[in-house]
Amino acid sequence: MPPACRGAAVAAIRNAAKVAGLAAGALAATSVQAVDLPEDRAETMYHLYDGGGVIAQGPAVLVRKSMLDRVSLSGTWYVDAVSNASIDVVTTASKFKETRNQGELGLDYVVRDSLIHVAGARSVEPDYQASTLSVDLTQDVFGGMTTVLLGYSHADDKVGQHGTPGWVGTAHHWQYRLGVTQILTPRWTASANLESINDDGYLQSPYRLARVFGSYIHENAPGTRESKALKLSATGDITPEGANNRRSLRADYRYYWDTWGVRGHTLELAYNRNLAPGWLLESFLRYYRQNHALFYSDNAPTQTLYVSRNRELATMHDFGPGVTVSYTLRNVPGKFDVKLSGSYQFIDFHYADYTVGSTGRPYSFHASVFNTVLSATF
Amino acid sequence: MVRVRPVLTAIVAAGLLASTAGCAFKPIEPWVKPYERERLADPVMKASLDELPGRQRDHVYVVREGSRGATGVQGGGCGCN
Repeated sequence: MPPACRGAAVAAIRNAAKVAGLAAGALAATSVQAVDLPEDRAETMYHLYDGGGVIAQGPAVLVRKSMLDRVSLSGTWYVDAVSNASIDVVTTASKFKETRNQGELGLDYVVRDSLIHVAGARSVEPDYQASTLSVDLTQDVFGGMTTVLLGYSHADDKVGQHGTPGWVGTAHHWQYRLGVTQILTPRWTASANLESINDDGYLQSPYRLARVFGSYIHENAPGTRESKALKLSATGDITPEGANNRRSLRADYRYYWDTWGVRGHTLELAYNRNLAPGWLLESFLRYYRQNHALFYSDNAPTQTLYVSRNRELATMHDFGPGVTVSYTLRNVPGKFDVKLSGSYQFIDFHYADYTVGSTGRPYSFHASVFNTVLSATF
Repeated sequence: MVRVRPVLTAIVAAGLLASTAGCAFKPIEPWVKPYERERLADPVMKASLDELPGRQRDHVYVVREGSRGATGVQGGGCGCN
C-alpha cells in the first residue's frame, strides 16, 4: 500500500487527544486502596479484541518485586498488534497493520501510613510516541478506615504522519486526581474518585477526515481540552451467614464532562463469588452512553472552524456483559500461589449520528474482548 | 427574606446548642476495628484478581468512548485500535 494511502487509513482511527489521554492514563487513575506495599507477583497475559473490523492482540507481562519491606519495583510490557479494517478505514483507504509497544517502570515506597508511587511509561508506534511521568500519594487516616489518594501525571506526545518526515505536532497532558475510600461496615466500602485531565497542543488526527456538504476534508479540533470525571463506587460482601462460598456485589457510576461538550454516563454492576475451593467467578454488566461533541458532525451543513467526524465524539451508547473464571493451579500458603484465568466480554456499540456511507443508516457493531492470564504471587 | 430568617435563626440556634453542649460530644472513633475487616480483604471483594486485564479493558473503552479518567484502573496505550 502506498504510504499516503496507508496514512489515510491510519487517519480514520487515529485520535490524538485520546492517545495522549490514555498515555497519561497509563500511570494515572490509580484507585484508592489500603496503604500496603503491593504483593510480589508476576503475570503473563494474552489479549484479543475483535470487533468492527479491528483485531488487536498481543502479549503482556508484569513483574513486581519488593525489597527491604519498604520498596516495591515493578515493570510492565504491553504489545498491541493491530489489524484494522474498520468502517473509518475502508471508507477512505484500505486495511493496514500496526504494532504498538508500551513499557512502564514503577516504584512504590511505604513511609508510616503513606504509600508513594512513582512511575514512568513510554508508548511507541511508527507515527506516535508518548512519554508519561506520574506521582501518587496514598494515605491511611482515621484508624485505617479512610484512605485518601492524591495523584498527578504529566505526559508529552509526539504526533507523526506516515510519509511525512519528522513530527507534525506535539501534545501535552496534565492529570490531577483525588480519591477517598471509606470503610462503612465490616462488609461494605464506598469510594469517590475525581480526575481532571487537561490537554494542550495537537489534539486531532493528521489523517482523519470530516465531512462537509458531502465532501471530505481534514478534521480540525480545538487545541485545548479540559475534562473531569467523577466516579462513585460501593462494594459489599453479601455472603449469607454460614455459607462457605464468599460472594460480593459492586456498583459503579461515573459522570464525565469536558469543554468539548461531551457528557458521558457509565454504569457498572459486578457480582463475584467463589464457586468451589480454588475457583472464582467474576461477572459484570456495563452500560455507557454519551452525547456528541460541539463540533462533531456526520455531515456538516456549514463550514466551521472546528469540525470532526471522529466516532468517539459522536452520540453513542454501548452495553455488554463480561465474565472471568479463575482457577488456582498450585497454592503453598506463605510461599506461592499460581492461578490461571480466562475472561470474555461482549460489547454492543450503537451510534445515533454516525451513518454508514452507502446506506445512510446509523452504524452499529459487536465486539468480543478476550484474555487469559497466568499469574503467580510469591 | 421572609424564608431566610427562620433558616438563619435555626442555624444560629444549632450553633449555640453545639457550642454549649460541646463537652457532651465524644470524638468519632473508627467504628470498624482492624480485626473486623477480614471480609473486606477477601479476594472476592476485588474488581479483578490480576492487574493486566484491567489495562486491556480500560484501553478498549478509552479508544472507543469519549469519556476518560477516574476509572480506578491503570490503563495504557494509544487510540489506535
